[in-house]
Amino acid sequence: MSFYGLVDGSDASLRNYLKQLPGVDQVGAEARAAMLATRSIKTTSKAWAIDTAIAMVDLTTLEGADTPGKVQALCAKAFRPDPTDSSVPHVGAVCVYNDMVGIARQHLDAIGAHELPVAAVSTAFPSGRASMAVKLQDTKDAIDAGAAEIDMVIDRGAFLSGRLIEVFQEIVAIREVCGDQAHLKVILETGELVTLDNVRKASYLAMLAGAHFIKTSTGKVAPAATAPVVLVMLEAVRDFYDLTKVRIGVKPAGGIRTTKDAIKQLVLVNETAGPEWLNPSLFRIGASALLNDLLMQRMKMSDGYYASPNYVTID
Amino acid sequence: MNFEYAAAPESRSVVKIDPEYGHFINGKWVNGSSHFNSINPATEEVLSRIALGTAADVDAAVKAARNAFDKSWSKLSGRERGKYLFRIARIMQERAREFAVLETLDNGKPIRESRDVDVPLSAAHFFYHAGWADKLEYAGVDTTTAPHGVVGQIIPWNFPLLMLAWKVAPALATGNTVVLKPAETTSLTALLFAQVCQQAGLPDGVVNIVTGDGSTGSAIVSHPGIDKIAFTGSTEVGKLIARAVAPTNKSLTLELGGKGANIVFGDAAIDETVEGIVNGIFFNQGHVCCAGSRLILQENIADEVLEKLKRRMEKIRVGDPLDKNTDLGAINSGEQLAKIHELTAAGDAEGAGRWSPNCALPDKGFWFAPTIFTGVTQSHRIAREEIFGPVLSVLTFRTPAEAIEKANNTPFGLSAGIWSEKGSNILWASQQLRAGVIWANTFNKFDPASPFGGYKESGWGREGGRHGLSAYLKGSAK
Repeated sequence: MSFYGLVDGSDASLRNYLKQLPGVDQVGAEARAAMLATRSIKTTSKAWAIDTAIAMVDLTTLEGADTPGKVQALCAKAFRPDPTDSSVPHVGAVCVYNDMVGIARQHLDAIGAHELPVAAVSTAFPSGRASMAVKLQDTKDAIDAGAAEIDMVIDRGAFLSGRLIEVFQEIVAIREVCGDQAHLKVILETGELVTLDNVRKASYLAMLAGAHFIKTSTGKVAPAATAPVVLVMLEAVRDFYDLTKVRIGVKPAGGIRTTKDAIKQLVLVNETAGPEWLNPSLFRIGASALLNDLLMQRMKMSDGYYASPNYVTID
Repeated sequence: MNFEYAAAPESRSVVKIDPEYGHFINGKWVNGSSHFNSINPATEEVLSRIALGTAADVDAAVKAARNAFDKSWSKLSGRERGKYLFRIARIMQERAREFAVLETLDNGKPIRESRDVDVPLSAAHFFYHAGWADKLEYAGVDTTTAPHGVVGQIIPWNFPLLMLAWKVAPALATGNTVVLKPAETTSLTALLFAQVCQQAGLPDGVVNIVTGDGSTGSAIVSHPGIDKIAFTGSTEVGKLIARAVAPTNKSLTLELGGKGANIVFGDAAIDETVEGIVNGIFFNQGHVCCAGSRLILQENIADEVLEKLKRRMEKIRVGDPLDKNTDLGAINSGEQLAKIHELTAAGDAEGAGRWSPNCALPDKGFWFAPTIFTGVTQSHRIAREEIFGPVLSVLTFRTPAEAIEKANNTPFGLSAGIWSEKGSNILWASQQLRAGVIWANTFNKFDPASPFGGYKESGWGREGGRHGLSAYLKGSAK
């Protein structure tokens, strides 16, 4: 087997490949991320960034208390974020647990949102602690129910204890289940990987194994999508493109709640991976509360004042 | 999709610039006899008319400083002096935006840098030295704790307010009084600082500011009533000052030019190194005496680093210095721009490869695109002479010993950078480098507690930290 011609799927080749990656200087990466956070995005560029960010949101509900009704409401919101303004774009996807995939897909189709994909979290989300057979079946179920995107978690225990090949093979196997039917997003859970060196290694590992997207976090662990982590992941997809001419997407998730946070993410993308990545096919933001703040800022841009939160729908 | 950042200019309504300024002598504004224009280098707009200080103006300032030293300042306890310095530092923080906008208008540097670096660091220098004022006996310096008396200070145009702070704060903390001359092209923040001195109730004559050109500076250097000269500027002028001061009793500290080597080893963290290279040479348009203007790359990663550096340079935003998103502002003067053109032309003529990203430069004002020269050797003028602009000379090395040899093969010795993930490598290299400041895995980081100064033709003495205090205290007695 050949993975982009960079590794052959053996433990030794994977280990050697990841070992030769340059280190990340944490102080320097944090300084760069902090500098980019000072970019001042105003007027027309802000309006553009808000609409772009809306189209990149993976509108998410991942609660034990989720109900079919809540998921249907989420789908309606995803398709028409502002029912009073049809110029607002629809979001990038709806992201739910496995058992809600069918409900979401049916409701989206019922309201005419055929092109809006459903993403399912998979492989014993969020901990990743289950047997391989369960993880494979979990993924297959979601795809059968209509998921076009699979957000899988990696086995952080295996990664941290150095069993890299296990993590790799797991991603390869899930990617096989996805086949041509679903895009694979690999969640690194960077809050548990802790170091930026680990983030870089895990990013390459996931990309080599066939991920379409690398995603920061489950949203269940803090810290989640911090700017230095997203910076390092964007550098990874940029450099991976140089090596392979394949563009891998990036999805920060967790902790991005305000328009300001979202715009900072877009600046990171623009000045790190480049404008090619400023597209929902290559950059998504996993969020729930963010969408309403984007809508309120959008109204403010057009109306000139901040409306009461009562003017945006809560679900 | 293209993410164009709309203009985000900082408002200039916060500053009030008088059409004409005099000198600040003995706590009062004194009219000048003649004036010259001070312009905004980004637009060539005339900002104000600055007084050209004469020998008589300097004499009046020195008399005021002497009088203040004898009658008030030397009689105060360290604790009282410290209170004034704390007050000045706080006022600078309160008026930070005013200082930042004025500095950017007058100097051409991006507001992001004046706001985030120059002004906060200037205030930090006053805070730091305020703390020392009543603790000089415990500073561990090999001098007495007695001040020189009247200090003449001549500062450059690259960090107008920050260099003022580097000079004035330690001088006052140690009990000296000051006659300061800002650079010809950048007097405005020094004149605003004079207002801060008034606002802080600083006794008259403790700080005197005489504006002017080289002739004014020369009058300060040759004035017999001055006990110590502190100069920051070019090595050329520094040598003239050293000659002038040699036959006198004056003490002297000089902070002069540099041609900093930024050495990148093969095991460096590449992305952060590229950021460090950019910060090392393009910070403040390269108008930095300690700039990392010679990039010395290990050959096995040279291509990769250069490719990433070029890609990063394409993201450098050149333009209106008041725009909050600008990374590279205007060259400070037409004279400096001509010097940069002359040296880069020499680089072309000597066969080095010039590269700049595509970037539109404004029509008016003084501008130079960020530039790198590859294939540079030690014998090239652009490897030896200080360009003092956004121009990087790139050399390569094979063995660590060769890197050190190249880095040290210069008459300068102000700064150096080392990029490596290997601690032992960093420690080894830092012991071999003949430079006053050595950064590891970072560049252009400054702190009031850290002494700054050069080896060889980069200067005499240190500024900042405990070492910097001793330069403002009388010779060794302990």
